[in-house]
Amino acid sequence: MIEFHNVSKVYPNGTRGLNNINVKLEKGEFVVIVGLSGAGKSTFLRCINRLHEVTDGEIIVNGKSITQAKGKPLLHIRRDIGMIFQNFNLVKRSSVLRNVLSGRVGYHSTMKTIFGLFPKEDKDLAFQALDRVNMLEKAYARADELSGGQQQRVSIARALAQEAKIILADEPVASLDPLTTKQVMDDLHHINKEMGITMVVNLHSIQLAREYATRMIGVRAGEIVFDGPVTEATDEVLDFIYGKGTTTVESFPEKQQPLEEVVQ
Amino acid sequence: MSQTKLKTDLQHLKKPSRSKTYFTLLLFVVLMIVSAISVDFSFQKLFEGFPNMFNLVDKMSPPNWSYFSYITEPMLETIRMAVVGATFGSILSIPFAILSARNVTKSKWVLLPTRFLMNINRAFPDLLMAALLVAVFGLGTTAGIIALSLFSLGIVSKLTYESIEAIDPGPLEAMTAVGANKLEIIYYGVVPQIMPQYLSYCIYVFEINIRFAAILGLVGAGGIGQFYDTNLSLFNYPNVSAMIIYTLAVVLVIDFISGRLRRSLI
Ligand SMILES: Nc1ncnc2c1ncn2[C@@H]1O[C@H](COP(=O)(O)OP(=O)(O)OP(=O)(O)O)[C@@H](O)[C@H]1O
Ligand SMILES: [Mg+2]
Repeated sequence: MIEFHNVSKVYPNGTRGLNNINVKLEKGEFVVIVGLSGAGKSTFLRCINRLHEVTDGEIIVNGKSITQAKGKPLLHIRRDIGMIFQNFNLVKRSSVLRNVLSGRVGYHSTMKTIFGLFPKEDKDLAFQALDRVNMLEKAYARADELSGGQQQRVSIARALAQEAKIILADEPVASLDPLTTKQVMDDLHHINKEMGITMVVNLHSIQLAREYATRMIGVRAGEIVFDGPVTEATDEVLDFIYGKGTTTVESFPEKQQPLEEVVQ
Repeated sequence: MSQTKLKTDLQHLKKPSRSKTYFTLLLFVVLMIVSAISVDFSFQKLFEGFPNMFNLVDKMSPPNWSYFSYITEPMLETIRMAVVGATFGSILSIPFAILSARNVTKSKWVLLPTRFLMNINRAFPDLLMAALLVAVFGLGTTAGIIALSLFSLGIVSKLTYESIEAIDPGPLEAMTAVGANKLEIIYYGVVPQIMPQYLSYCIYVFEINIRFAAILGLVGAGGIGQFYDTNLSLFNYPNVSAMIIYTLAVVLVIDFISGRLRRSLI
């Protein structure tokens, strides 16, 4: 469970990434965040595991405040949150197995992880994770020998090996072709359904959002302008989230119309 | 977007001025001229010196080939000094490189002092450093090895930290997200990305250490340089030419091998 309490994020250059966000994401949900480029989707996601610091408010993850945590407790909260990136962020020169095992470092002492002394259970876990995303036969390949879709599945395996309870995915399929996109989204879907892992996914494709999400959050200029089941996300709502065909955040009117007016 | 709107927008988007580039170029030319004047550079002297060079070559030939066996031991000593110095320097440069890479070390209080130390080390004239070390540790290879270590440290740490700053930040982010601590982030996110370059720098520094080690003897810090010194002061030019040929051959062979090694790394 993830709770945002009056969360704001202002970047050092003055850009407002998030503006007073209050939202609660329940366990097991498949939440898709949509919005224009620059609306604040990545900022929203990255504040959850504190890759970005919030400037105001508090974020609670599984009952613990990550925004207040320091040192070991912070690392332990992060350990429970897997993250999947648009450009996979694997260590390209390392093997697939090593990349997946790197998801386990939070569970052991630094000395053990540096000497690669992962217990057998960890290796089993890594192989299971690879098997789950159909990448087992590539375990000993170097990460840069894989296609984009395969790399993304390895990064999903890393999050699984991590035994994350929440997975954050920032445009996980933005650089993939339609077929691979489907495989990766299906992987995320199965993981969500079968393992009950909460998914928070930024997507650019409304079609995908409608297909996979249980809940959609529309972000516009750092604020949540829609939050509800996908079935309620009608074309009018989407038009509003996307600012009616205009393509820049800057072109938004100074005063936003309340959503209700637009829908009616 | 209308034409006029575009125009006003373009006025805001100021083109970066080129004057900085021109100014730098001008400064460079001025500095070059001033330096040439202040060191008393003259083409006349350069031409006058040429005949002397032929004269020297004449005195040097034929080389005293039998001197080769005599200087093999000091040559080996020179190579050993270069190896040990490169090894110490390269190992020592790891913490320096990490602590001075902006993308890994966020604290200015660590970053700036580390860089300052590195800059002092590199700014210090190498041969002067060796001479000072001889004054402290006495004549011999110890001073030479320390000088070579500091020299290697300066080069490898700088090259390595620049490589670290150029790595893909993605894996660092991924490791942070996984809940790794600083050391684990470095070990899993940084090390695999810079390993080939780092090893190549270590070999490269050994390569240039050979050249430096060969002249260290001039200040009494061990190696073959002492023999240059003695022979030059005794005007024993055939010995000098034999040594030059020997040194050249060794340097070329080592360059060749290390070049091969480095290419296979990247
Ligand atoms: N590091 C940063 N420094 C300053 N401003 C930033 C930074 N990162 C993002 N921003 C700004 O914050 C706002 C939100 O950015 P964010 O990356 O969250 O958007 P996004 O919705 O993920 O967009 P996209 O779909 O293009 O990924 C944008 O206006 C962006 O320019
Ligand atoms: Mg984004």
